Order: sequence, then C-alpha cells, then structure tokens
Amino acid sequence: MEKKSGFRNVAVGSTLCWITLFVVIPYLIVVAYSFLTPDPSGTVSWIFTLDSYREIFSPVFLIVCKNSFALALSTTVLTLLAAYPFAFFLTRISESIRRTLILIMIIPFWTSSLIRTYALIILLKANGIVNTFLLSLGWIDEPLNLLYTQLAVFTGLVYTLLPFMILPLYASLQKLDTRLIEAARDLGATSPRIFFHIILPLTLPGIIAGSTMVFLPALGLFYIPDLLGGARSMLIGNFIKDQFLVAGNWPLGSSASVILTLLMFLLIAWYFLSSRKINQGDMREVI
Amino acid sequence: MKQAFKYAYLAFIYLFLYIPILVLVIYSFNDSRFSTNWQGFTFSWYAQLFEDGPLMEAFANSLIIAFSSSTIATILGTLSAFAFYRYRFIGRKVTYSFIYVVMMSPDIVMGISLLMFFITVGLSTGAATLLLAHITFCLPFVVVTVYARISGFDRNILDAAKDLGATERRMFRHVVLPMLMPAVIAGWLLSFTLSLDDVVVSFFTTGPSFEVLPLKIYSMVRLGIKPEINALSTVMFLMSLVTVTVSHLLIAKENR
Repeated sequence: MEKKSGFRNVAVGSTLCWITLFVVIPYLIVVAYSFLTPDPSGTVSWIFTLDSYREIFSPVFLIVCKNSFALALSTTVLTLLAAYPFAFFLTRISESIRRTLILIMIIPFWTSSLIRTYALIILLKANGIVNTFLLSLGWIDEPLNLLYTQLAVFTGLVYTLLPFMILPLYASLQKLDTRLIEAARDLGATSPRIFFHIILPLTLPGIIAGSTMVFLPALGLFYIPDLLGGARSMLIGNFIKDQFLVAGNWPLGSSASVILTLLMFLLIAWYFLSSRKINQGDMREVI
Repeated sequence: MKQAFKYAYLAFIYLFLYIPILVLVIYSFNDSRFSTNWQGFTFSWYAQLFEDGPLMEAFANSLIIAFSSSTIATILGTLSAFAFYRYRFIGRKVTYSFIYVVMMSPDIVMGISLLMFFITVGLSTGAATLLLAHITFCLPFVVVTVYARISGFDRNILDAAKDLGATERRMFRHVVLPMLMPAVIAGWLLSFTLSLDDVVVSFFTTGPSFEVLPLKIYSMVRLGIKPEINALSTVMFLMSLVTVTVSHLLIAKENR
C-alpha cells in the first residue's frame, strides 16, 4: 500500500477529528443527558435515572407523539403518491428537455423551506390569494379559515418536503433497467403485474430513501407549525425545542432526540438492506 | 392521451411547487402594504430593505458565515473525500457512514447536540459556534459531491503520478485537485446555499449577539406578513436560484 506520508496523516486526521469532535461527541452528550435527572435550577444533576424515558412513554407525550407521527406518516404517504408518478414520467421525457426539468426540480429542493413556508402564508391567509380567488368565483361567501389549522400544517409539510421525495425516487427510477420491463412485456405480463413485481421492488431503495428524507423532517421541522398552525398543533420538534428553551428539562428533550435518532438509524438500516438485496440478490438472478 | 396525461401531471406538480414562490416574487413588487390586489409596480420594498440597519447587519452576518463555513467545509470535505478514496485507515467505514448519518439526521437533533456540546465545553453561543455548526452540516454535502467525482477516476493516473516520483501532496495538488475542480466548486456553492438558508441548526447554535438572516425572517414572519419580507425572500430565492443552477451545471457537465 501507499507510504504513510505527512499529507496522508493530515487528510485522514482532519476528517476523523472533525467527525469525532462535532458529530460523535455531541451525540454522545445527548445520550448521556437523556439518562440524567433534571434540576429545578434549569440544569441537570448527575444522578443516573430512566425517568426521562419513562416520561416519554407516558400518556401526555404519547399524544404529542401520536399526532406528530400521524402527521408525518400522512405527509410521507401523500408525497410518495404524488412524487412517484412524477418521477416516473420525468424519466420518460426526452433527454434534452429533461435536463432543464430536473434543474427546475432541484431549485425548490435547495430553496430555504422557511421562505417556501412564508410563501404559503401569503396564499392561505384570510385575505390571501386562495380566498380572494374563491370569493371572486362566487364559490364561497366569506373567506375560509385556511391558516392556523391542522390542514395548513399538513399542506406546509407536503409543500416543503415534496422535492425531498421526488429526487431519491427519480435517482432510483433512472437506474431501472428498462430491458427488464420489455422482457416482462414480451413474456405477456400485464402492466399492473410489471409494476408490482418489477418496478416497485427495484425502486424500493428509492422509496425508502425518499420516505426517510420526508418522514424525519416532518417530525422535526418545528417552524412549520409555529408559522402555519398557531399553538395547537405540535410536532416532536416543537416538543424537543420547548424542553430546551421553555421547560428547561434537558434530559426529557435529550431522550426525545435519542428516540428520533434511533428511528433514523432504523430507517437507514432498512435502506441499506433493501438496496443490498437488489444489488446482490434479486438483480443477479434476474439478469 | 397517455402522453397528454404525462405532461399535464408534470405541469401540475411544477405549478404546485412554483406558484407560491411566484406569488411571493410578484407581491414583492406590489405597491400596497395590505391589499391582495395589484396596486402597481414598485421597488420601494427593496429600497426599504437597504435602509433597515439591523436587517442589513443580519444579512451581512449570514453572508460572512455562509462564505467562511462553505470555504472551510469545502477544503475539509475535499481532503476527506480524497482520504476516503485513497487511504485505508482505522474507522474509515464507520466515519464514512457517519457522513450519511449527518446528512440524514434531523436538523433539530443536530442543533441540540451541538448546543449541548458547546455548553459542555464552555463556549458561549455566537459567531464562532455558529461557524463550527455550519461547517459540520455542510461537510457531508461536499464529501458526497466530491467523492462522486473522484470515484469515477482512472486509478492509473494516480499510479502514473506516483511512478514519476510525485509525493502524495504534490499528486493531490497537481493531479487530483485540477480534475476535481468542478465538483469542488459545486460543493462550495451547495454549502453556501445550505448555510445561508439554515434555520433550525442556527436557531440553537447562535446567541443574541450574532443574528443571522433566516432567524431574523423567522421572528419577523411570526409577527405577520410585511411587503419587506416579500422583497427579502425574493432576494434569498434568487441567490439560491443562481448558486444551485451554477452548481448543477458544473455537476451535469462532468457526467456528460
């Protein structure tokens, strides 16, 4: 192998140091705090306890959890249903137009979701575009109460997170070997059969990747309910934020973060398992 | 029929994504503070932005942080991508998977873990902690962008450089880096955009002494809609538009 030069040590060392210092150690601190006892003074006392986790599985938190999970899950399902045909059609567009279309797709992906949330407020507010439009058509007699509802939060999550579903799906649909579809068709498979037995299993990694990129932020993006939902609707993100900034219960906020992180690891593991299955198992047998 | 449906559906999703942004941009030129109706074209909201001292200061702060964090993240990330590609070292696989973990982890968990880390080591939150946080969340995007290009390399080129007596540093500087340049610039631009737009991580890792634009916008929006915010958001959207377009063209060019 290569000689151990000074350059090598700098390149390897800086990488290892940065990740250890600013990723691994901070995560470990969160894990450590989740086992400590909250102190009335706003800090913690160094007494080991499982109380935070007990509290997390108490009814009060479970209600927040349930609402947040339901919201995140429905956001994931709706974005998946909307994005899948979109990504599929995008792969079926001639190369020259597709380049431009993809660029137009990527721009919202990278645009600040705060600004995109703000744009929704303009549309949804009482004297906003949507109400003005519906009033002028005569479909409604007085402005609808669109903003500061659960539906507004849901719309906001779908709107800001849709690009995060589209891109992984597109990447995985693009890799799909179209010869497999042709072969299946030649062998007499119907379209639904082709979809459920070939296209869907082969794009499963993309579906999982997209779902992860939508589901996790949908639990955590606290400013969307803050801006669109008023005080009533609450995500796990709002809960965590409040534990740190309002309630001063760091162990509880930490344990909620730990649970969120575990969830992320599960989803990532699922992604790797599914993509490995395709690369090394099924795919080889098919070819 | 099938073709028509395909194009109609694509158009529908694009409209869904872009109509709110377009409305925002149009309203930033509307000569009325409260009305939803079009009252004539004006630049006055943009002019007012420049006169708003605290806002301009937050904007300058954001630019400084975005510029320096993306530059440091790009240097570090390019070195990392090269290290992951060329060297075998203890913890290589674990570290590389952590790059993905950072990219996927919810912003709120990252923000909180960094906040607790800074408190534990006794750093008070402000410009320095914000910079460290931004470098950390930009780093994976640079590593992944650069690594995608480096893994397409012909390894023989590196061997040739070694055979001709180049040291590792020389080889990196004169052979690898020039070939990586489009990906390096793309990584920088993406980091710049990420840093400029970040709300959640900044929310936890900066202090009252150092205000940045997205947080300023966040607190303004909570108080209600103002035409000045429309103008400001339009400016930020245009900045993302330019940086993302350029970086996309750089990455697309290398794949051609």
